[in-house]
Amino acid sequence: MGALHATTLYMSDAIWFYTLTTFMVGSALGVVLARKPIYAVLSLVATLFGMASLFILLGAFFVAAIQILVYAGAILVLFLFVVMLLDLSDEAAPQKRTLTLRAIGFVFGAAFISKLYFALSFFPNSPLAIHESMKYGTAREIGKLLFTVYWLPFELSSMLVLVGIIGAVVLAKRKLDES
Amino acid sequence: MITLNHYLIASGLLFAIGLVGVVSRRNTLMILLSVELMLNAANLSFVAFSRYLGHSTGQIFVFFIMLVAAAEVTVGLAILIVMARAVGKTDADALKSLRW
Repeated sequence: MGALHATTLYMSDAIWFYTLTTFMVGSALGVVLARKPIYAVLSLVATLFGMASLFILLGAFFVAAIQILVYAGAILVLFLFVVMLLDLSDEAAPQKRTLTLRAIGFVFGAAFISKLYFALSFFPNSPLAIHESMKYGTAREIGKLLFTVYWLPFELSSMLVLVGIIGAVVLAKRKLDES
Repeated sequence: MITLNHYLIASGLLFAIGLVGVVSRRNTLMILLSVELMLNAANLSFVAFSRYLGHSTGQIFVFFIMLVAAAEVTVGLAILIVMARAVGKTDADALKSLRW
């Protein structure tokens, strides 16, 4: 791989990264700031698509596909159904902001930022390696690991999903006056 | 040049936005959405580390986190529906009966 080729690869990588991250963070702000729940759910869909593209940029193709299929396709549809079913009204106002709450928030925010800075200063500021072949993120590689090394957690996670389904059905079908 | 720290900072930003949502929103549905945002921030740093180390184990963890998130959302939304039936509101402030 020539030096010029590597440089252009890094350049286009940077352009894609900044575009996608700006899009993702912007729509994430939309999730938190939207007054109507339906807009918040739709901006979360946009955030998840941005994140899936970042996964592709990182070479994690299988995870990106799963992100679109499972998150945007299944989980967010569930959210949309509940929003339509419950006919949620707009939130009147966020919680009251007293001076004590502001002070506590400031202290915790400063602690979070300093902790983040401390954690980031641990890692060397080295570029992500441009691998010769980005094989390690394909469905084949993930499947190999999943069914050999991680077979027990994989089977247990199917139990977890089953418990989730049964729990949701039991909770949603129960009549309240029977209890 | 994009380094590992760029991805970690993006992940931290997303996590912080989700945390603000959990703390400041009243509607339980909004709180669940913000929890999803925080889980996704963790996923992003897992995938970035997987690329940095050149190994797929981080992506396996992302797979498991997505499964747990799916189960959590199913049960959480069922509880939300029960709450809307029992209390008539979906505000987290409306659940007061266990408050000292």
